[in-house]
Amino acid sequence: MSTETSTGRGSFLADMNGYRVALYATLGLLVAFFLAPIEAGLVTSLKTRAAVTATAPYAPPLEGFTLANYRRALDVLLVGLFNSVLYAVPATILSALLGSMTAYGLTLVDWRYQAPVLLLFVAGIFIPYQAVLVPLTQVFNILSLNQLVVWDLLGVSSDYAGIVELVIAHVAYGLPICTILFRSYYQSMSGEMLESARLDGATLRRVYRRIVLPLSTPMFAVVLIYQFTQIWNDLLFALILVSSSSSPAAPVTLKLAGLGASLEGIDFGFRMAGAFVAALPTLLVYVAFGEEFAEGVAT
Amino acid sequence: MRSGSGRSGDREESDGGEEGRAGTDGNGEGNRAVTDGSGGGERVATDGGVTEGRGERSRLARTFGRDFLESAPFWLPTFLLMAFFVYGTIGWNVLISLTDFSEFGSPDYSNLDFDMYVRAAGDPYVIEAAVNTFVLLVAFTLVALAIGLLVAILVDRGIRFENTFRTIYLLPMSLSFVVTAQFWLWMYDFDSGIVNATLGVVGLGPYNWIGNSSLVLWAVVFALVWQFSGYTMVVYLAALRAIPDEHFEAAKVDGASVPRMYWRVIVPQLKNATLSATVVLMVFALKAFDFLYALVGGYRPPNGADILATKMVREAYSNTNWAYGAAIAVILFAMALAVVAPYLYYQYKHDNL
Repeated sequence: MSTETSTGRGSFLADMNGYRVALYATLGLLVAFFLAPIEAGLVTSLKTRAAVTATAPYAPPLEGFTLANYRRALDVLLVGLFNSVLYAVPATILSALLGSMTAYGLTLVDWRYQAPVLLLFVAGIFIPYQAVLVPLTQVFNILSLNQLVVWDLLGVSSDYAGIVELVIAHVAYGLPICTILFRSYYQSMSGEMLESARLDGATLRRVYRRIVLPLSTPMFAVVLIYQFTQIWNDLLFALILVSSSSSPAAPVTLKLAGLGASLEGIDFGFRMAGAFVAALPTLLVYVAFGEEFAEGVAT
Repeated sequence: MRSGSGRSGDREESDGGEEGRAGTDGNGEGNRAVTDGSGGGERVATDGGVTEGRGERSRLARTFGRDFLESAPFWLPTFLLMAFFVYGTIGWNVLISLTDFSEFGSPDYSNLDFDMYVRAAGDPYVIEAAVNTFVLLVAFTLVALAIGLLVAILVDRGIRFENTFRTIYLLPMSLSFVVTAQFWLWMYDFDSGIVNATLGVVGLGPYNWIGNSSLVLWAVVFALVWQFSGYTMVVYLAALRAIPDEHFEAAKVDGASVPRMYWRVIVPQLKNATLSATVVLMVFALKAFDFLYALVGGYRPPNGADILATKMVREAYSNTNWAYGAAIAVILFAMALAVVAPYLYYQYKHDNL
């Protein structure tokens, strides 16, 4: 489809060669604009501190090449990476699964007053999180998950309660977007098959498990990727719920944000290496599943 | 969803025959549903075959529709979870903003007043943060929309390596604010940053982008545009693809110039995409807290670029002025609502949720 469309619009300009050249030149400039900060970060992360100040910021690390920045960054951030995986993976899976179920119950099933309920879900996407932070802190104070015996039994620091709190927060606040993403997908699903299954006496649960869930696989890919990126990249909840980058449960974003604060002057090579280490998981996801990511953000 | 309420409407109509109350109960809904609902006939028949539901079950079914009870396990728990964490906490936050809650202990709800709002109204830093939030929202959204549209049109011109270009333009969006803040701190570095190096070539600068309080907000806007204009591009590209080729062809036959064709024929058709992108961009901008926190390396005020989001978190979590932070959060929430509520109302009215 896209090729057809392209030629349709492309032929409009096919005879204008100068136009074509200008088009590609502009696109190339835009590539430079979008890649410049990443390129500058990458080459800087591979330079010694002396080379960072001595060479141009975009110049490749030919003099003063070093991997020491990455070794140091990994040293500091490895625990953070592990902690981030610890809550991002369960929170992603849980919110996607619950979002799919909710969307099914609100889209492919008959009952009245679905619209107002849906409205609340949609509005939930647009909440600035600052508006819920103070009560959220109160909720977790009251729950005091860090006083559970479980941490003693596991023999780990009770700071890991922060990880559980992060899972709860990310699932609760991720539900609106997951539900809406699945809903847009279910709206395009043919109702006839579900209808006839229902006429044959299948329960809603059975229809979901046997028909809807298997058909949802492509959307699960989109939602899982979108949610993982969002949760992995979040700083605010990590900051509020784990509170200190020196906590044993500190996620990688919190560690990275604290990286510069303790240093005298800014060691850009070290910082940039840290940025790439922290960004690596989402960068890999992006490179591998760019289409699904784009679909997720566009919906 | 609409056909769903249609079926329940049919059913209600047949029920309503025996019982007038149900008919008046869901008047508007029922009427709309009946006109919408066609071909739901067999549904009623099969449902009527099930005889066990007469008591509680059928009363709920009559009010909420056929599958209400059976579908509740699918959506009700998540709805309650979301309702508590999103709407319950927003209400609670408003309540806390009316107390004097600060430092340790717990809020005292017996003595509610608007002191914190009075304090906020007289606090020049809050006012500055509100103005900055507004400027950031408007400037960032407008520029990101414009660049995104332009890039989408260019990518849509039947170019080669389209996927590669698209992937590169969207790449920044996959990165976290914390990561991009590191990159831009380096880009804006006074001595060796790329921005000053580039400006130096054309004989401008160098400027102290982060340190100068009258420049830093624009530096932040620019960085955010860099991160999110790829998103706008993707939204516009999808919308452009949905426009039938005939519209392009028709403009071509009319002999319209390319810019004229876009301005007159194509761009007006992108209204919905613009609307939804605007709302989402504004939400991103409200979340710019992460970026500013990482840019200044902690709870320090980003001098000259303080927005309500950063001010709120600092007041609550650094100064433990919980009630004051909650009040600032309410102001921020009101700003978000002013943007989002009309959008949601529009979508709701057009059955577009």
